[in-house]
Amino acid sequence: MTTLTGTMALTRLAARGDRVRLTLWVLGLSVFVGVTTALWADQLSSSQDLLQEARLAAASPGIRMLGLASGASVGAYAMIRNYVLLTVLAALMSIFTVVRHTRQGEETGRSELLGAGAVGRYAELAAALVVTLVADAALAVALGVSMAVAGQPAGGSFAFGAAVGAVGVVFSCVAAVTAQLSSSTRGASGSAAGVLGAAFLIAGTSNMSGDVDPTGVRVESTWPAWLSPIGWGQQMRPFAGDNWQVLLLCIPTALICVALAALLTSRRDFGLGMVPQRQGHARAPRTLRTGFGLAWRLQRGALAGWCLAMLGFGLIMGGMVEQVQSVTGSGRDWYERVGGSTQILDAYRASMLQMAAMAAGVYVVQVLLRMASEEANGYLEPVLATATSRTRWAIGHALNAAIGAAILLAAFSTGAAVAGGAVLGGTAHQLRTLLGAAITHARNPRPTPEPAAARSRPRPRASPTSTRVKETPSDPDLVRLRRTGHARRGTDRARGQR
Amino acid sequence: MDGLDLTVAAGEVHGFLGPNGAGKTTTIRILLGLLHRDGGQVSVLGADPWRDTVGLHRRLAYVPGEVNLWPNLTGGEVIDLLGSLRGGIDERRRADLLERFALDPTKRCRAYSKGNRQKVALVAAFASDVELYLLDEPTSGLDPLMESVFQDVVRQASQRGRTVLLSSHILSEVEALCTRVTIVRAGRAAETGTFAELRHLTRTTVVAETATSAACLEHVPGVHDLTQDGTHWEFSVDPGELNRVLAELVALDVRSLVSSPPTLEELFLRHYGDDIAGVARGESDLAGVP
Repeated sequence: MTTLTGTMALTRLAARGDRVRLTLWVLGLSVFVGVTTALWADQLSSSQDLLQEARLAAASPGIRMLGLASGASVGAYAMIRNYVLLTVLAALMSIFTVVRHTRQGEETGRSELLGAGAVGRYAELAAALVVTLVADAALAVALGVSMAVAGQPAGGSFAFGAAVGAVGVVFSCVAAVTAQLSSSTRGASGSAAGVLGAAFLIAGTSNMSGDVDPTGVRVESTWPAWLSPIGWGQQMRPFAGDNWQVLLLCIPTALICVALAALLTSRRDFGLGMVPQRQGHARAPRTLRTGFGLAWRLQRGALAGWCLAMLGFGLIMGGMVEQVQSVTGSGRDWYERVGGSTQILDAYRASMLQMAAMAAGVYVVQVLLRMASEEANGYLEPVLATATSRTRWAIGHALNAAIGAAILLAAFSTGAAVAGGAVLGGTAHQLRTLLGAAITHARNPRPTPEPAAARSRPRPRASPTSTRVKETPSDPDLVRLRRTGHARRGTDRARGQR
Repeated sequence: MDGLDLTVAAGEVHGFLGPNGAGKTTTIRILLGLLHRDGGQVSVLGADPWRDTVGLHRRLAYVPGEVNLWPNLTGGEVIDLLGSLRGGIDERRRADLLERFALDPTKRCRAYSKGNRQKVALVAAFASDVELYLLDEPTSGLDPLMESVFQDVVRQASQRGRTVLLSSHILSEVEALCTRVTIVRAGRAAETGTFAELRHLTRTTVVAETATSAACLEHVPGVHDLTQDGTHWEFSVDPGELNRVLAELVALDVRSLVSSPPTLEELFLRHYGDDIAGVARGESDLAGVP
């Protein structure tokens, strides 16, 4: 097995590099699960409440998209609320880890240095998978312990943990394939995340189009749910049957992916992917040749992703108007209080728009933080050496953030109006109402972007010989810590080239 | 920086020499108005770079020593972008430079090697016809062929009457291109002048083969580091003392004589020679700092 020579050493290296990061992932997710489950156990202490919540979750197509109802218990309720979120996070953790130790290594040149040693062809891939699979297993166990500590039955708790961990395992193996296909870190993570998005949509729509059984608290999904790893974990029905054999489906899937990844590894050249790098444009279009154009170009990918998410969010929220009309009790109070109207539909729309505006605010912060990473990565220097002042450059980014936020709110409003119109009729009227309200919010997106702008205000780059620059160099690091994968990889890459 | 005097005359190619960490990049960033000076005067093309930044930047182009480019833009897009942000680009020159530097503008920056990223910055700078070019170690990563293309490009800019400040530690490049040089050391200008002027300040190395022993030269004022290899004697002579020392030599019956002026490298080493240990320490302290 000379093709695996060095796997142990590379595994130790990868584990050493990721020990803090992966520990934080596992601990963070477990604590989140434990705390939320204990909270629901406390809130839904009467069986009457549980039954009502479970019936609502089973009846509402919007909620069925996000979680599958299996019964009237706290554990089953936690499955509805937490499971999809956790699988997405576990899958992202796995994708990022595998790509970090495979494609990113090749992109930054680390792998070249390692591969020149006595290291087998598959050793790097194997090491990345070992580290990631161990992290997924640890996550499964930690989630089980966490649920059990929160007072749930041990059998269901560990089934829940395993259902999440199994999705992590499958996506580790998917990322092992995409890392061979794409020649860039971003592409490898992105296409694995695309598979994850498809798995989410397949599971969600299968649950949405399923039937509620006579008890009214359990949804039987349609058959496509069996095509999605996220669906498998739901069909395992933790806290309502614990069908462990469903998880056996993960084993052949993972093995096929690993075999495919190994095959691709042996068929491709170092540093390249199976999908050839596309040639770009030799000339910059007119729209790129300004500070605003550059900011737009740098953000348009993120904006497109956000737009899709906001459109989907709007469709789901808009589709729920029918259920909302029949909401009574504390739920109705909440809408009326947050929405500021006793007309339940108006109150509902207003509260949904507030949530959408909040999401747009997060986007604004993300866009403005890009200014800090542009400076930290050294991309700002050549721009400032041209006839572009710091102010103009910052205005370009700010304008881009504002326009992006407006587009996101428009996307949300369109989604909500289309779905709401399908249920209640009058799409055009709903669109006018929602867009009008959205314009009010667009003037005041939240959370407020000021802290981000203050953080990334122009400052001279600290240079080793400069005695004048006394600002703390830890500032950009703080910013970087708050960003996930990409920014970090960006700086790693920049360092690698130095 | 500590009391650096640097004057670049219009139309000259001025070499800016110094080891790593001497303050070359800091100086150039102050000239660009990216860093604020906390003392002294700075004037670039008659303007204050901190206050008249934008107006000034229309008239100059900058090539950084460490080129970081947006990984998802192509080289061609970056050239157009930086050129447009500066205020315009000369299309004919752009095409000509791309051809001479053999740069593929359709590749994305993440796929470029270090040398190719450097070429992108060079094409972006020289495609604009500006009055001043600030070049901060612009040829790191270029192969010898491209290095000679770069030298041609700088010479042509100089012939058009443009001013170039070339920061470098590649002495052959500076020797080939520059009319005057400034040597900077620990933030201070150690020496400024034309090569001829600088050489006057430095000892000439003499190797002579004589019939009789030249050991007596040791006591002649202005002679240093006398060594013997058979009948060959090697020593260095202080500037201004050469004529008198030669007169002494003639008396020793010279059979062959080689006199070489100091190369820039010797000049450079002499300037840092006293402090080589210190410089080496300083460099290791800076290792890893981008």
